[in-house]
Amino acid sequence: MSKLHVSTTVNGDAVEYLCDPRETLLDCLRDKLNLTGAKEGCGTGDCGACSVTVDGRLVCSCLMLGVEAEGKQIETVEGIAEGDVLHPLQKKMIEYAALQCGICTPGILVAAKSLLEKNPNPTEEETRYWLAGNLCRCTGYDKIIRAVMDTAAEMREAS
Amino acid sequence: MDYHSPASFAEASALAANATGITRFLAGGTDVLVQLRSELVTPDTLIDIKKINGVHDITRNADGSWTLGVATTGAEMSEHPDLGKDWPGVVEAMDLIGSTQVQGRATLTGNLCNGSPAADSVPAMVAAGVTVTVTGPDGTREIAVEDIPTGPGKISLAKGEVVSAVNIPARGENAGDAYLRFIPRTEMDIAVVGVGVSLRLDGDTITEARVSLGAIAPTVLLVEDCAKALVGSKLDDAALDALAAAASAACNPIDDKRGTIAFRTEVAGVLAKRAAKIAYARAKGENA
Repeated sequence: MSKLHVSTTVNGDAVEYLCDPRETLLDCLRDKLNLTGAKEGCGTGDCGACSVTVDGRLVCSCLMLGVEAEGKQIETVEGIAEGDVLHPLQKKMIEYAALQCGICTPGILVAAKSLLEKNPNPTEEETRYWLAGNLCRCTGYDKIIRAVMDTAAEMREAS
Repeated sequence: MDYHSPASFAEASALAANATGITRFLAGGTDVLVQLRSELVTPDTLIDIKKINGVHDITRNADGSWTLGVATTGAEMSEHPDLGKDWPGVVEAMDLIGSTQVQGRATLTGNLCNGSPAADSVPAMVAAGVTVTVTGPDGTREIAVEDIPTGPGKISLAKGEVVSAVNIPARGENAGDAYLRFIPRTEMDIAVVGVGVSLRLDGDTITEARVSLGAIAPTVLLVEDCAKALVGSKLDDAALDALAAAASAACNPIDDKRGTIAFRTEVAGVLAKRAAKIAYARAKGENA
Protein backbone atom coordinates (compact mmCIF):
# COMPACT_ATOMS: atom_id res chain seq x y z
CA MET A 1 0.00 0.00 0.00
CA SER A 2 1.37 3.37 -0.96
CA LYS A 3 1.66 6.11 1.56
CA LEU A 4 -0.08 9.42 1.19
CA HIS A 5 1.67 12.77 1.12
CA VAL A 6 0.32 15.37 3.53
CA SER A 7 1.19 19.06 3.68
CA THR A 8 0.01 20.86 6.77
CA THR A 9 0.93 23.59 9.25
CA VAL A 10 1.92 22.77 12.80
CA ASN A 11 2.44 25.62 15.29
CA GLY A 12 2.87 28.00 12.35
CA ASP A 13 5.48 25.91 10.57
CA ALA A 14 4.78 24.33 7.19
CA VAL A 15 5.47 20.59 7.49
CA GLU A 16 4.94 17.55 5.34
CA TYR A 17 4.95 13.83 5.92
CA LEU A 18 4.09 10.54 4.30
CA CYS A 19 1.56 8.43 6.13
CA ASP A 20 -0.46 5.28 5.90
CA PRO A 21 -4.17 6.22 5.76
CA ARG A 22 -4.78 4.26 8.97
CA GLU A 23 -2.35 6.38 10.97
CA THR A 24 -3.92 8.96 13.23
CA LEU A 25 -2.89 12.60 13.45
CA LEU A 26 -1.48 11.69 16.87
CA ASP A 27 0.71 8.99 15.31
CA CYS A 28 1.92 11.47 12.71
CA LEU A 29 2.68 14.23 15.21
CA ARG A 30 4.62 11.90 17.49
CA ASP A 31 6.31 9.50 15.10
CA LYS A 32 6.90 11.60 11.99
CA LEU A 33 7.22 15.14 13.33
CA ASN A 34 8.77 14.19 16.70
CA LEU A 35 6.23 16.33 18.51
CA THR A 36 5.72 14.07 21.50
CA GLY A 37 3.83 16.55 23.69
CA ALA A 38 0.47 15.09 22.72
CA LYS A 39 0.15 11.77 24.53
CA GLU A 40 -1.77 8.64 23.76
CA GLY A 41 -3.78 7.76 26.85
CA CYS A 42 -6.73 5.77 25.55
CA GLY A 43 -6.61 6.07 21.76
CA THR A 44 -10.40 6.24 21.68
CA GLY A 45 -11.19 9.89 22.38
CA ASP A 46 -12.05 9.43 26.04
CA CYS A 47 -9.06 10.87 27.90
CA GLY A 48 -8.04 14.02 26.04
CA ALA A 49 -4.28 13.54 26.55
CA CYS A 50 -3.82 13.89 22.77
CA SER A 51 -5.74 17.20 22.54
CA VAL A 52 -4.67 19.60 19.79
CA THR A 53 -6.51 22.30 17.87
CA VAL A 54 -7.25 21.99 14.17
CA ASP A 55 -8.20 25.26 12.47
CA GLY A 56 -8.83 26.59 15.97
CA ARG A 57 -11.12 23.74 16.99
CA LEU A 58 -10.21 21.54 19.96
CA VAL A 59 -10.10 17.87 18.97
CA CYS A 60 -8.55 14.59 20.04
CA SER A 61 -5.70 13.90 17.62
CA CYS A 62 -6.28 10.16 18.12
CA LEU A 63 -9.74 10.57 16.58
CA MET A 64 -8.47 12.17 13.39
CA LEU A 65 -6.45 10.60 10.62
CA GLY A 66 -3.11 12.02 9.61
CA VAL A 67 -4.36 12.39 6.04
CA GLU A 68 -7.18 14.65 7.24
CA ALA A 69 -4.61 17.24 8.34
CA GLU A 70 -3.93 18.24 4.72
CA GLY A 71 -4.11 22.03 4.46
CA LYS A 72 -5.09 22.50 8.10
CA GLN A 73 -3.62 24.66 10.85
CA ILE A 74 -2.62 22.43 13.76
CA GLU A 75 -1.64 23.78 17.16
CA THR A 76 -0.04 21.53 19.76
CA VAL A 77 1.29 21.99 23.28
CA GLU A 78 4.74 22.65 21.80
CA GLY A 79 3.42 25.91 20.37
CA ILE A 80 2.04 27.32 23.61
CA ALA A 81 5.24 28.82 25.10
CA GLU A 82 6.98 31.68 23.29
CA GLY A 83 10.52 30.34 23.16
CA ASP A 84 11.68 30.16 26.79
CA VAL A 85 8.77 32.25 28.05
CA LEU A 86 6.01 30.09 29.42
CA HIS A 87 2.36 30.84 28.72
CA PRO A 88 0.47 32.09 31.80
CA LEU A 89 -1.39 28.77 31.93
CA GLN A 90 1.89 26.88 32.10
CA LYS A 91 3.17 29.13 34.90
CA LYS A 92 -0.03 28.69 36.90
CA MET A 93 -0.02 24.92 36.43
CA ILE A 94 3.42 24.88 38.03
CA GLU A 95 2.53 27.42 40.72
CA TYR A 96 -0.55 25.42 41.75
CA ALA A 97 1.26 22.08 41.44
CA ALA A 98 -1.62 21.12 39.17
CA LEU A 99 0.10 17.99 37.93
CA GLN A 100 1.72 14.90 39.29
CA CYS A 101 2.67 12.37 36.64
CA GLY A 102 2.13 14.94 33.89
CA ILE A 103 0.70 12.69 31.20
CA CYS A 104 -2.57 14.63 31.02
CA THR A 105 -0.92 18.06 31.30
CA PRO A 106 -0.22 18.78 27.61
CA GLY A 107 -3.83 17.99 26.72
CA ILE A 108 -5.12 20.08 29.63
CA LEU A 109 -2.97 23.02 28.55
CA VAL A 110 -4.21 22.86 24.96
CA ALA A 111 -7.83 22.46 26.06
CA ALA A 112 -7.64 25.22 28.69
CA LYS A 113 -5.97 27.62 26.26
CA SER A 114 -8.75 26.90 23.79
CA LEU A 115 -11.35 27.64 26.49
CA LEU A 116 -9.78 30.97 27.46
CA GLU A 117 -9.55 32.07 23.83
CA LYS A 118 -13.25 31.38 23.42
CA ASN A 119 -14.34 32.57 26.85
CA PRO A 120 -11.89 34.75 28.82
CA ASN A 121 -14.18 34.75 31.86
CA PRO A 122 -15.48 31.21 32.35
CA THR A 123 -17.31 30.15 35.48
CA GLU A 124 -15.91 27.21 37.42
CA GLU A 125 -18.78 25.09 36.13
CA GLU A 126 -18.06 26.06 32.50
CA THR A 127 -14.40 25.28 33.06
CA ARG A 128 -15.18 21.87 34.54
CA TYR A 129 -17.54 20.97 31.67
CA TRP A 130 -15.07 22.21 29.05
CA LEU A 131 -12.33 20.05 30.57
CA ALA A 132 -14.58 17.03 31.20
CA GLY A 133 -12.89 15.25 28.31
CA ASN A 134 -9.43 15.65 29.86
CA LEU A 135 -8.96 12.90 32.38
CA CYS A 136 -6.41 13.17 35.19
CA ARG A 137 -5.92 10.20 37.48
CA CYS A 138 -3.52 11.96 39.88
CA THR A 139 -4.70 15.35 41.01
CA GLY A 140 -8.42 15.06 41.59
CA TYR A 141 -8.81 18.06 39.23
CA ASP A 142 -9.18 20.73 41.89
CA LYS A 143 -5.73 22.24 41.45
CA ILE A 144 -6.12 22.14 37.68
CA ILE A 145 -9.42 24.02 37.82
CA ARG A 146 -8.00 26.57 40.25
CA ALA A 147 -4.95 27.09 38.04
CA VAL A 148 -7.15 27.70 35.00
CA MET A 149 -9.50 30.05 36.87
CA ASP A 150 -6.58 32.03 38.27
CA THR A 151 -4.93 32.22 34.85
CA ALA A 152 -8.17 33.54 33.38
CA ALA A 153 -8.36 36.23 36.07
CA GLU A 154 -4.72 37.21 35.54
CA MET A 155 -5.07 37.35 31.76
CA ARG A 156 -8.20 39.51 32.06
CA GLU A 157 -6.31 41.97 34.27
CA ALA A 158 -3.37 42.03 31.89
CA SER A 159 -5.50 42.72 28.82
CA MET B 1 -7.28 0.56 3.55
CA ASP B 2 -7.84 2.91 0.62
CA TYR B 3 -8.57 6.49 1.53
CA HIS B 4 -10.66 8.64 -0.81
CA SER B 5 -11.78 12.24 -0.48
CA PRO B 6 -14.25 12.79 -3.31
CA ALA B 7 -15.43 16.24 -4.39
CA SER B 8 -19.13 15.34 -4.72
CA PHE B 9 -21.70 12.98 -3.21
CA ALA B 10 -22.26 11.41 -6.65
CA GLU B 11 -18.56 10.55 -6.71
CA ALA B 12 -18.70 9.29 -3.11
CA SER B 13 -21.67 7.10 -4.00
CA ALA B 14 -19.92 5.71 -7.08
CA LEU B 15 -16.79 4.92 -5.04
CA ALA B 16 -18.88 3.05 -2.49
CA ALA B 17 -20.95 1.26 -5.13
CA ASN B 18 -17.83 -0.04 -6.85
CA ALA B 19 -15.87 -0.89 -3.69
CA THR B 20 -15.34 -4.42 -2.48
CA GLY B 21 -15.11 -5.49 1.14
CA ILE B 22 -15.98 -3.14 3.97
CA THR B 23 -16.71 0.49 3.15
CA ARG B 24 -17.06 3.31 5.67
CA PHE B 25 -17.83 6.96 5.16
CA LEU B 26 -15.76 9.34 7.27
CA ALA B 27 -17.31 12.52 8.64
CA GLY B 28 -16.25 13.34 12.22
CA GLY B 29 -14.70 9.92 12.69
CA THR B 30 -15.51 9.71 16.40
CA ASP B 31 -16.96 6.24 15.92
CA VAL B 32 -15.12 5.12 12.76
CA LEU B 33 -11.67 5.73 14.26
CA VAL B 34 -12.56 4.03 17.54
CA GLN B 35 -13.75 0.96 15.63
CA LEU B 36 -10.64 1.07 13.44
CA ARG B 37 -8.32 1.21 16.41
CA SER B 38 -10.10 -1.51 18.37
CA GLU B 39 -10.11 -3.65 15.20
CA LEU B 40 -13.88 -4.01 15.40
CA VAL B 41 -14.21 -2.65 11.87
CA THR B 42 -11.24 -2.24 9.55
CA PRO B 43 -12.59 -0.72 6.36
CA ASP B 44 -11.09 -1.68 3.02
CA THR B 45 -12.38 1.59 1.62
CA LEU B 46 -12.67 4.79 3.63
CA ILE B 47 -14.48 7.66 1.94
CA ASP B 48 -13.92 11.04 3.59
CA ILE B 49 -16.85 13.30 2.66
CA LYS B 50 -15.42 16.47 4.23
CA LYS B 51 -13.89 17.80 1.01
CA ILE B 52 -17.35 18.08 -0.56
CA ASN B 53 -18.60 21.66 -0.80
CA GLY B 54 -21.16 22.70 1.78
CA VAL B 55 -20.79 19.84 4.23
CA HIS B 56 -20.23 22.25 7.13
CA ASP B 57 -23.05 24.64 6.18
CA ILE B 58 -26.04 25.35 8.40
CA THR B 59 -28.69 26.93 6.15
CA ARG B 60 -32.09 28.32 7.07
CA ASN B 61 -34.29 27.95 4.00
CA ALA B 62 -36.93 30.43 2.85
CA ASP B 63 -39.75 28.31 4.32
CA GLY B 64 -38.08 28.27 7.76
CA SER B 65 -36.74 24.74 7.45
CA TRP B 66 -33.06 24.00 7.99
CA THR B 67 -30.52 22.12 5.90
CA LEU B 68 -27.38 20.94 7.66
CA GLY B 69 -24.31 19.70 5.88
CA VAL B 70 -23.43 16.18 6.91
CA ALA B 71 -20.08 17.14 8.47
CA THR B 72 -21.59 19.91 10.62
CA THR B 73 -20.22 19.32 14.10
CA GLY B 74 -21.98 19.48 17.43
CA ALA B 75 -19.87 22.53 18.32
CA GLU B 76 -20.98 24.30 15.13
CA MET B 77 -24.62 23.54 15.93
CA SER B 78 -24.31 24.82 19.52
CA GLU B 79 -22.53 27.98 18.38
CA HIS B 80 -25.11 28.80 15.71
CA PRO B 81 -27.07 31.89 16.80
CA ASP B 82 -30.51 30.73 15.60
CA LEU B 83 -30.65 26.96 15.16
CA GLY B 84 -30.97 26.35 18.91
CA LYS B 85 -33.78 28.91 19.18
CA ASP B 86 -35.86 26.91 16.70
CA TRP B 87 -34.80 23.43 17.77
CA PRO B 88 -33.32 23.52 21.29
CA GLY B 89 -34.02 19.82 21.79
CA VAL B 90 -32.05 18.76 18.72
CA VAL B 91 -29.13 21.01 19.64
CA GLU B 92 -29.07 19.95 23.31
CA ALA B 93 -29.21 16.27 22.35
CA MET B 94 -26.21 16.64 20.02
CA ASP B 95 -24.39 18.71 22.64
CA LEU B 96 -24.71 15.92 25.22
CA ILE B 97 -22.48 13.63 23.15
CA GLY B 98 -18.95 13.24 24.45
CA SER B 99 -16.44 15.89 25.43
CA THR B 100 -15.57 19.31 24.04
CA GLN B 101 -13.03 17.51 21.85
CA VAL B 102 -15.63 15.09 20.51
CA GLN B 103 -18.02 17.99 19.89
CA GLY B 104 -15.38 19.49 17.62
CA ARG B 105 -15.72 16.53 15.26
CA ALA B 106 -18.91 14.55 15.89
CA THR B 107 -21.90 14.93 13.58
CA LEU B 108 -25.64 14.20 13.54
CA THR B 109 -25.16 12.02 10.47
CA GLY B 110 -22.42 9.98 12.08
CA ASN B 111 -24.46 9.52 15.24
CA LEU B 112 -27.36 8.29 13.10
CA CYS B 113 -25.36 6.04 10.78
CA ASN B 114 -23.38 4.46 13.61
CA GLY B 115 -26.69 2.75 14.36
CA SER B 116 -26.49 2.82 18.14
CA PRO B 117 -29.88 2.52 19.86
CA ALA B 118 -28.43 4.83 22.55
CA ALA B 119 -27.40 7.61 20.14
CA ASP B 120 -28.42 10.84 21.87
CA SER B 121 -29.19 12.94 18.82
CA VAL B 122 -31.41 10.35 17.15
CA PRO B 123 -34.51 10.47 19.43
CA ALA B 124 -34.34 14.27 19.24
CA MET B 125 -34.18 14.14 15.43
CA VAL B 126 -37.03 11.62 15.27
CA ALA B 127 -39.20 13.77 17.55
CA ALA B 128 -38.39 16.80 15.41
CA GLY B 129 -39.39 15.00 12.22
CA VAL B 130 -35.92 15.28 10.71
CA THR B 131 -35.23 13.58 7.38
CA VAL B 132 -31.97 12.86 5.61
CA THR B 133 -31.24 13.16 1.91
CA VAL B 134 -29.51 10.05 0.64
CA THR B 135 -27.46 10.01 -2.56
CA GLY B 136 -27.15 6.66 -4.27
CA PRO B 137 -26.38 5.17 -7.67
CA ASP B 138 -29.95 5.95 -8.81
CA GLY B 139 -30.05 9.54 -7.60
CA THR B 140 -31.27 11.02 -4.34
CA ARG B 141 -34.14 10.16 -2.01
CA GLU B 142 -35.35 11.54 1.28
CA ILE B 143 -35.74 9.20 4.26
CA ALA B 144 -37.19 9.86 7.72
CA VAL B 145 -34.58 9.47 10.45
CA GLU B 146 -36.68 6.79 12.20
CA ASP B 147 -36.42 4.63 9.07
CA ILE B 148 -32.60 4.62 9.03
CA PRO B 149 -31.65 2.36 11.99
CA THR B 150 -32.68 -1.29 11.67
CA GLY B 151 -30.85 -2.77 14.66
CA PRO B 152 -27.77 -2.19 16.81
CA GLY B 153 -25.04 -1.06 14.39
CA LYS B 154 -27.27 -1.65 11.38
CA ILE B 155 -28.92 0.86 9.05
CA SER B 156 -31.24 0.64 6.07
CA LEU B 157 -28.99 2.33 3.49
CA ALA B 158 -28.02 0.15 0.53
CA LYS B 159 -24.54 -0.30 -0.89
CA GLY B 160 -23.49 2.87 -2.66
CA GLU B 161 -25.85 5.09 -0.67
CA VAL B 162 -24.52 7.99 1.39
CA VAL B 163 -26.32 10.59 3.51
CA SER B 164 -25.81 13.90 1.73
CA ALA B 165 -27.87 16.35 3.84
CA VAL B 166 -29.83 16.60 7.07
CA ASN B 167 -33.23 18.30 6.74
CA ILE B 168 -34.88 19.80 9.81
CA PRO B 169 -38.46 20.99 9.30
CA ALA B 170 -39.61 24.55 9.85
CA ARG B 171 -40.32 24.98 13.54
CA GLY B 172 -43.44 27.10 13.06
CA GLU B 173 -45.39 28.88 15.78
CA ASN B 174 -46.30 27.75 19.30
CA ALA B 175 -44.04 24.75 19.24
CA GLY B 176 -41.10 23.39 21.21
CA ASP B 177 -38.89 20.37 21.57
CA ALA B 178 -36.69 18.85 24.27
CA TYR B 179 -34.36 15.92 24.83
CA LEU B 180 -33.44 14.31 28.13
CA ARG B 181 -31.32 11.29 28.87
CA PHE B 182 -30.43 9.37 32.00
CA ILE B 183 -26.79 8.64 32.73
CA PRO B 184 -25.35 7.69 36.12
CA ARG B 185 -23.05 10.72 36.15
CA THR B 186 -23.13 14.29 34.89
CA GLU B 187 -21.09 14.15 31.67
CA MET B 188 -19.21 11.89 29.26
CA ASP B 189 -21.49 8.86 29.30
CA ILE B 190 -23.84 6.88 27.07
CA ALA B 191 -27.61 7.13 27.48
CA VAL B 192 -29.30 4.49 29.64
CA VAL B 193 -32.59 5.96 28.43
CA GLY B 194 -33.11 8.94 26.10
CA VAL B 195 -36.37 10.72 25.32
CA GLY B 196 -37.10 13.32 22.65
CA VAL B 197 -40.38 15.24 22.59
CA SER B 198 -41.68 17.80 20.12
CA LEU B 199 -45.04 19.55 20.61
CA ARG B 200 -47.23 22.17 19.03
CA LEU B 201 -49.93 24.05 20.94
CA ASP B 202 -53.13 25.91 20.20
CA GLY B 203 -53.48 28.07 23.30
CA ASP B 204 -52.79 25.62 26.13
CA THR B 205 -53.88 22.54 24.19
CA ILE B 206 -51.41 20.22 22.47
CA THR B 207 -52.36 19.80 18.81
CA GLU B 208 -49.33 17.90 17.51
CA ALA B 209 -46.81 15.68 19.28
CA ARG B 210 -43.96 13.38 18.41
CA VAL B 211 -42.22 11.34 21.11
CA SER B 212 -39.15 9.20 20.54
CA LEU B 213 -37.35 6.86 22.91
CA GLY B 214 -33.71 5.78 22.78
CA ALA B 215 -31.70 2.98 24.44
CA ILE B 216 -34.83 0.97 25.30
CA ALA B 217 -35.10 -1.20 22.18
CA PRO B 218 -32.85 -2.45 19.34
CA THR B 219 -33.50 0.84 17.53
CA VAL B 220 -34.62 4.30 18.51
CA LEU B 221 -38.43 4.28 18.46
CA LEU B 222 -41.08 6.77 17.40
CA VAL B 223 -43.90 5.99 19.83
CA GLU B 224 -47.34 6.83 18.45
CA ASP B 225 -49.11 5.95 21.71
CA CYS B 226 -47.07 8.58 23.54
CA ALA B 227 -48.17 11.19 21.01
CA LYS B 228 -51.80 10.09 21.38
CA ALA B 229 -51.55 10.50 25.15
CA LEU B 230 -50.53 14.13 24.67
CA VAL B 231 -52.61 15.39 21.74
CA GLY B 232 -55.79 17.14 22.86
CA SER B 233 -54.53 17.57 26.41
CA LYS B 234 -53.20 20.57 28.31
CA LEU B 235 -50.42 18.42 29.72
CA ASP B 236 -52.41 17.79 32.90
CA ASP B 237 -51.49 15.01 35.31
CA ALA B 238 -53.75 12.48 33.56
CA ALA B 239 -52.06 13.15 30.21
CA LEU B 240 -48.60 12.94 31.79
CA ASP B 241 -49.47 9.63 33.45
CA ALA B 242 -50.82 8.29 30.16
CA LEU B 243 -47.63 9.45 28.44
CA ALA B 244 -45.44 7.71 31.00
CA ALA B 245 -47.47 4.50 30.75
CA ALA B 246 -47.24 4.55 26.94
CA ALA B 247 -43.50 5.18 27.08
CA SER B 248 -42.89 2.33 29.50
CA ALA B 249 -45.15 0.04 27.46
CA ALA B 250 -43.08 0.73 24.34
CA CYS B 251 -39.84 -0.37 26.00
CA ASN B 252 -38.12 -3.54 24.90
CA PRO B 253 -34.71 -3.00 26.49
CA ILE B 254 -31.76 -5.16 27.39
CA ASP B 255 -30.19 -5.73 30.79
CA ASP B 256 -26.62 -4.53 30.76
CA LYS B 257 -24.02 -2.93 33.01
CA ARG B 258 -25.58 0.49 32.50
CA GLY B 259 -29.17 -0.37 33.39
CA THR B 260 -31.60 -3.20 33.99
CA ILE B 261 -34.76 -3.83 31.99
CA ALA B 262 -36.90 -2.78 34.95
CA PHE B 263 -34.91 0.41 35.48
CA ARG B 264 -34.95 1.46 31.83
CA THR B 265 -38.68 0.79 31.55
CA GLU B 266 -39.45 2.89 34.62
CA VAL B 267 -37.09 5.72 33.70
CA ALA B 268 -38.47 5.97 30.15
CA GLY B 269 -41.80 7.04 31.64
CA VAL B 270 -40.23 9.47 34.09
CA LEU B 271 -38.06 11.14 31.45
CA ALA B 272 -40.94 11.30 28.95
CA LYS B 273 -42.93 13.35 31.47
CA ARG B 274 -40.04 15.67 32.22
CA ALA B 275 -39.14 16.16 28.56
CA ALA B 276 -42.78 16.84 27.68
CA LYS B 277 -42.95 19.53 30.38
CA ILE B 278 -39.85 21.23 28.99
CA ALA B 279 -41.11 21.04 25.40
CA TYR B 280 -44.48 22.42 26.54
CA ALA B 281 -42.87 25.34 28.35
CA ARG B 282 -40.74 26.09 25.28
CA ALA B 283 -43.81 25.95 23.04
CA LYS B 284 -45.37 28.59 25.30
CA GLY B 285 -42.28 30.75 24.85
CA GLU B 286 -41.01 30.19 28.39
CA ASN B 287 -37.36 29.56 29.10
CA ALA B 288 -36.86 25.92 29.96
